[in-house]
Amino acid sequence: MKEISELNFPEDLRYADDHEWARSEGGNIRVGIDDYAQDQLGDIVYVDLPQVGDTFAKGEEFGSVESVKAVSELYLPIGGEVVEINTKLEDSPELVNGSPYDDGWMVLVKPADPAELDALMDKNAYLEMLKGQ
Amino acid sequence: MRYLPHTQEEIAAMLQTAGVNSLDDLFATIPKSCCCRIGLNLPEALTEWELNAHMDALAENTAVSPEYKIFMGAGSYEHYMPASASYLLSRSEFVTSYTPYQPEMSQGTLQAIYEYQTLASQLMGMEVATASHYDGSTALAEALLMAVRITRKKKVAVSSLIHPLHRRVVQTYFDPTGCEVIELPYLENGKTDLAPLEGLEGLAAVALQSPNFFGCIEDLATAGQTTHANDALFIVSFTEALAYGLLKTPGSLGADIVCGEGQSLGLPRSFGGPGLGILGSLTKYMRNLPGRLIGRTKDRDGKNGFVLTLATREQHIRREKATSNICTNNSHCALTAAVYMASLGGSGFRDLSQLNHDKAQYLKNELKKAGFNIAFDSPTFNEFVVQFPTGFATQYNNLLDKKIIAGLAVETYYPELKDHYLLCATETMPKEDMDALVREVQK
Repeated sequence: MKEISELNFPEDLRYADDHEWARSEGGNIRVGIDDYAQDQLGDIVYVDLPQVGDTFAKGEEFGSVESVKAVSELYLPIGGEVVEINTKLEDSPELVNGSPYDDGWMVLVKPADPAELDALMDKNAYLEMLKGQ
Repeated sequence: MRYLPHTQEEIAAMLQTAGVNSLDDLFATIPKSCCCRIGLNLPEALTEWELNAHMDALAENTAVSPEYKIFMGAGSYEHYMPASASYLLSRSEFVTSYTPYQPEMSQGTLQAIYEYQTLASQLMGMEVATASHYDGSTALAEALLMAVRITRKKKVAVSSLIHPLHRRVVQTYFDPTGCEVIELPYLENGKTDLAPLEGLEGLAAVALQSPNFFGCIEDLATAGQTTHANDALFIVSFTEALAYGLLKTPGSLGADIVCGEGQSLGLPRSFGGPGLGILGSLTKYMRNLPGRLIGRTKDRDGKNGFVLTLATREQHIRREKATSNICTNNSHCALTAAVYMASLGGSGFRDLSQLNHDKAQYLKNELKKAGFNIAFDSPTFNEFVVQFPTGFATQYNNLLDKKIIAGLAVETYYPELKDHYLLCATETMPKEDMDALVREVQK
């Protein structure tokens, strides 16, 4: 596993306690897991995603990621309806390791309350939290 | 390995390490209302010879073949177990094998279980099979729960011609889930009535047994189409695995999940257990399968090897989110089934299956010739229902005194079918005994 200083956390994203990231895109929010989470999990072999049309509250479990020896639940950092899922992960779950912020995204959500995004941490606050762990 | 309990000194040392004063303190988190405080009401311990005598006395209370002529199947079948199978299964490597968590020292056990999975998959026409479940009833309950997870719907339809005891286990599993179990009635021809499915919405699965409890072979292809038209998964169960030596596999007729009892595959009837729960599915539902799976892979030198796979579904990793609370499995029973199937081979399995069918067919025809009514006119495998004259129960008991068990009174489970008896004849049933039965019931 890498040192926190070796990990990449883009400035334009928001971060949740459970290591998911959220990015605002024209009214919708794209969600994935961050570099820290994928590094901790190791080689990801399976991603279980919800169906388009499912709705979740903020903090609710929306799927799971599986590495060789562990499974972690995924929690939605912002409540809303799933409008798109990353179907490429079905055959290529390793995209989450290789490109957590781009090709390895997980769901696109139409937020119930867009203001929930502001309640998430920015890069600096998130780094502080990681260092405290 | 020593099978001795801990000494007082060892217990004291462990309590000290755990930081508690007594065993009661250690278990303090268990609510008092859940603790059994009354002493167990057990008789005095017996010597080994007294115990043997006690067991012999118990055994004398049971009717076993060949002393009794048993024409009862109904979910548990008399089949011959080849000596080669008994010999292989008594090998210490198999008898003492524990869950093979360490592939580096368990290749033999892992490969044997992998072979079982392969044979079980072929038997059912499924793409993947687990190894394994307790018995046919729990495998069925797990199959239905699987369908609920996959479809995210909370209603299942179960044929009333699935073994009544298996349905009872399903009800036990489903009661706390809040899911609804609908029972499909049966038709005059002894097959499941699919008409109630029409317009039924929110259905996760439809489950049929074939051959069903009346011994009739269901029309699986049609049932599968109807089920899929309802946007539900099609589950096929069985209690007589040997039937699939002749019948088309459920997988080839549209089943998504197949489950059943594997007792016929080399396991003794033994007062009802242990059985073998066979369960398989299409690959796309593999991650929702409960229970153990062995996979074949290559080691770093490129050599073939076997290893527990997809273990993240299981309880020891996934805890309360596991696909099931199955944490042990009937490995030795699965192994027995594998050895049995491999001993017979493909054509042997088919021949044996044919012999079962032919014997039962002979008995059925002889009873028909003797003027008895065959209750359902659908094709059967090695079991069928006969309607005897009113008040046959007295004669049934007289036959029992003559050490003949004339089938199972169907009325026990289907009160509307008075004087109906489910009869079974397998390969071990001699023609003379069948002729004797036909003579006796005519008296």
